[in-house]
Amino acid sequence: MALLELKGISKHFGAIEALAGVDFFLERGEIVGLMGDNGAGKSTLVKIVAGNFPPSGGEISLEGRAVHFHKPVDARTAGIEIVYQDLALCNNLTASANVFLAREKKRGFFPFRILDDRAMNDRSRELFGELKSETRPADTVRMMSGGQRQAVAIARTHLSQAKIVLMDEPTAAISVRQVAEVLDLMRRLRDQGIAIVLISHRMPDVFAVCDRIVVLRRGHKVADKLISQSSPEEVTGLITGAIKAA
Amino acid sequence: MATDTALPRPSLGVWQRVLSYQAFWVTIAVFLIPVAMTVIEPSFSESFWKEGNFFNITRNFAFIAIMALGQVAVIITGGIDLSVGSVLAVCGIVLGILMGNYDQPFWIGALGAIVAGVACGAFNGVLIAYMRLSAFVVTLGMLAIGRSLALAISDNKFFSKFGHDQAALIELGGGKSFGIANPVLILLALTILTGAVLRYTAWGRHLYAIGGNEHAARLTGVPVDRMKFSVYVLSGLMTAISAVLTVGWLGSVTNGLGVGYELRVIASTVIGGANLLGGEGGAYSAFIGAALIEVIRNSLLLAGVNPYWQGTFVGIFIILAVLLERIRGRKVD
Repeated sequence: MALLELKGISKHFGAIEALAGVDFFLERGEIVGLMGDNGAGKSTLVKIVAGNFPPSGGEISLEGRAVHFHKPVDARTAGIEIVYQDLALCNNLTASANVFLAREKKRGFFPFRILDDRAMNDRSRELFGELKSETRPADTVRMMSGGQRQAVAIARTHLSQAKIVLMDEPTAAISVRQVAEVLDLMRRLRDQGIAIVLISHRMPDVFAVCDRIVVLRRGHKVADKLISQSSPEEVTGLITGAIKAA
Repeated sequence: MATDTALPRPSLGVWQRVLSYQAFWVTIAVFLIPVAMTVIEPSFSESFWKEGNFFNITRNFAFIAIMALGQVAVIITGGIDLSVGSVLAVCGIVLGILMGNYDQPFWIGALGAIVAGVACGAFNGVLIAYMRLSAFVVTLGMLAIGRSLALAISDNKFFSKFGHDQAALIELGGGKSFGIANPVLILLALTILTGAVLRYTAWGRHLYAIGGNEHAARLTGVPVDRMKFSVYVLSGLMTAISAVLTVGWLGSVTNGLGVGYELRVIASTVIGGANLLGGEGGAYSAFIGAALIEVIRNSLLLAGVNPYWQGTFVGIFIILAVLLERIRGRKVD
């Protein structure tokens, strides 16, 4: 039984058909690359899984049970976390304040419930340790490198014991050295049994880290195959439409 | 491999951190200005370094600083409340009507002022947080509405009699305890309270998060709308408290109360280190910024400088505050 299974997912925005009956599945501990040109439906698919909006048609099941997400919090409660392209971090707060944002640890009793910064820093340090990142919990995000910021965003998904992490273009805006770091972070998540969907335009990253690749074109799924049985040339062809399906 | 490739930067030491706070430099300025004035003009010291003058300075800035405590919470979220001067008048007039016209006890008058302040803040808050209107425009509207309300409900009358409980009102605003003016004691208590809430509660943390990246705060589940609503209510509440104290100190209230105060209040928070773009500032920055403005005003007055120049000096300090920020490069992300 797949961890996540989408059957015949479609989505219309008025007359525009963003997704037309897409099937998709995700197993534990696998990284799936989701590729396609702009407007192919990648973001729409991911936003449906993350609960940003419901599909027009089709079914989503998580661990064999049908689920209906009405808002992002529903998806998160079910164990689906998303790392946004812009990381959604507050630059003026510390790493651990970001990891625990809206999920703060507190101590004391009402009405004197205060933030337990020490506990949050300790837990964040553990999370960064698991990710083998040298990010310091009490440092302000403003002062951090792109790779450290990624670690903060990923540690946040880790906090809630996510089963599925959706990553939207995590390597688009960072330096080459930091890309290697982020790919390492993803492998480490996979080794812990977490399933990852990687949306990326960067072919080398997808081929470096993914187990399987799914290609969308104009709202249709045109390929779903193991990375070892594909090639960058084939994928490029699928994205542009030079190859109809594979 | 498997570690951050960028060089880890050293954590800031305690001293470096203190030095990076604008409020620290403003605190130094507060003490340095009178010292410099004394050196330049020895006769200045006779009038400035006196217990009576300290009493006056601290009391004079307490009214503005209390309003600035509410304002700084608004500014941390990236908003602004331009209506505080007018709301001060509405609260003062409500207090005057309840105690003067209806001979109500002090606590009813004070409660009425607080209800009026909170209602004005809630009006701002609903429009800004839930209807997503611009804070600048909404509170600018409230600035006009509040002043007009104060005129209308007071029927343009002047209140200087506050019924049977007048003594309590005058004592709270104009009296002193332990040699310190009562408004100053209330300011100190409110500053500590506000500072603790901003630093140690999830509410405070979420305000900074909204100011830092509102979109991110919303995505991670911070109740952004409710938080924004709450800061405008807090600003209204602080303004109401200040109104009760101001009326008690002045012993009278007119609908002209607080004209132009919004600029002094906002200037206080900015001088103290709050960032109008949101995400930075604190209770102490509101406190010390208000103190600096009053020290400048008082020093110039005692040095015999024409009071018409006060605005120029305060303005220079506002601009210096922003320059200082730029020089330290904090805003360059």
